[in-house]
Amino acid sequence: MNRATAAAGMTWRRPPVIANPWLRRGLFIGVPLYLFVALGTLEINWARVMAGMPRALEFLAALASPDFVSRADQIIDGVLESLTMTLVSTFLGFLLSVPVALGAARNLAPVPVYLTCRAIIAISRSFQEIIIAILFVAMLGFGPLAGVATLAFASIGFIAKLAAEEIEAMNPRPLEAIRATGGSWLQRVQWAVQPQVLPRVAGITLYRLDINFRESAIIGIVGAGGIGATLNTAFDRYEFETAAAILLVIIVIVLAAEYTSGWLRGRLR
Amino acid sequence: MPVRQEGEQLIWQRRDRRSALIHWAWMFGFAVVLLASWQVISERTIWDFVLDAPAQGADLVSRMFPPDFAYVNALWRPLWDTINMATLGTLIAIALAVPLAFLAARNTTPRFPLVRPLALLIIVTSRSINSLIWALLLVLILGPGVLAGVIAIALRSVGFIGKLLYEAIEEIDRRPVEAITATGATAAQLRVYGVVPQVMPAFAGISVYRWDINIREATILGLVGAGGLGLELIASVNTLAWGRVATLFLLILGTVLISEWISARLRAAVT
Repeated sequence: MNRATAAAGMTWRRPPVIANPWLRRGLFIGVPLYLFVALGTLEINWARVMAGMPRALEFLAALASPDFVSRADQIIDGVLESLTMTLVSTFLGFLLSVPVALGAARNLAPVPVYLTCRAIIAISRSFQEIIIAILFVAMLGFGPLAGVATLAFASIGFIAKLAAEEIEAMNPRPLEAIRATGGSWLQRVQWAVQPQVLPRVAGITLYRLDINFRESAIIGIVGAGGIGATLNTAFDRYEFETAAAILLVIIVIVLAAEYTSGWLRGRLR
Repeated sequence: MPVRQEGEQLIWQRRDRRSALIHWAWMFGFAVVLLASWQVISERTIWDFVLDAPAQGADLVSRMFPPDFAYVNALWRPLWDTINMATLGTLIAIALAVPLAFLAARNTTPRFPLVRPLALLIIVTSRSINSLIWALLLVLILGPGVLAGVIAIALRSVGFIGKLLYEAIEEIDRRPVEAITATGATAAQLRVYGVVPQVMPAFAGISVYRWDINIREATILGLVGAGGLGLELIASVNTLAWGRVATLFLLILGTVLISEWISARLRAAVT
């Protein structure tokens, strides 16, 4: 704002949040219109909602007095299953991600391989873990193996995508140096790519370990093992004290996993 | 430089003796834990079913083709419900997460004891519990339907948006805030003119990103009764109508890809 306009009696106004005036006006009209239509089709059964309120209070009371004891065996069993599933599936996911990541890096792979690997990543990322779990349960039967397969498959999309980005962003000069010594493709990967990206990929894998635990807590709902099945049963039986205990256990483990994986990632850097 | 002697020659190696030993000890420990874990899983697996898996898989795929395309006409309403759950849930989450983030950020939290820990506790609890678990609980309380889904999405997203937003607030440039303090602004004016303009792009990006994730999550909330496409999916799976399942997969894939594209475009526009 210059002095001339200020002198002409104009005052400063805050710049609008959205710079494009058409987009701004469009949102100004569009958002309320959408809300009106969306809320109109929501179909809420208020009588049912009101009837459920005592149950909400019951659950809040249960949160204050969680019952770890009466289903202790099942809780310990479910947690153990979740933890083992997490560990094995992350390891398998990492192993499977390595070739996919190398194939999905444009500076290492020829175009057909690149496109195939990118397609694998896209499919793995597009579907929710639960949906993949339904398919694996249908194929492998109920139990933690279906969960391991699900989480390993879902890990490919995550680890391989981020790892491929790391490989594409790495310093190309060591690669050239190894090539100049006559190194084969595998030797280039071993001595030029691996030392540059492995610390980062290890960090990504640890992050995925954390995500896999969270997911292992829910895929049990469709029969793929883990604490989710125990939780689902507790809710089905209206055992809110047990459900509250399981939720608290999940929160504590998620937090522990997050802090450990964050701490380890910090050390890797 | 770690080297090893072979006859006359010194040969380069990556690790010296000590660090190689430590490295292998770690690897060995990890392998033991991994094998023990595998043992637990293997004990709980019926291997006869697994041996049968390739045949089952082939059977599944053959039942999925051709997808039941006529079924798509029954899916527009569930699709609309799914999009609404994601969008309304995200909007509610934004309304709750913004004040929460200001309470949780070290540089904007009010000077009352316990406010910041309490805000952080809410964010952590919300983030640790998957929206499907929230839905499981809410369907019991509110009854099956879209409302439970909207609130489940909102409860999960509060923590996500709140955490990323308070981190963005903590990383702002201090100088504009000091300049506005120097003009004698009140605490509220300080936030509106000093903090908000700095975190606005991050905030828009975070919200749109979460909306995109929520579209994905909303497609499955129906599995526990919270409405949308998941309800149709579980019904089709339970009746072994794999042709319908294939149609649902294609519809979900399309919706997810479109929402991801919209989200990427919007995020590119704000940053």
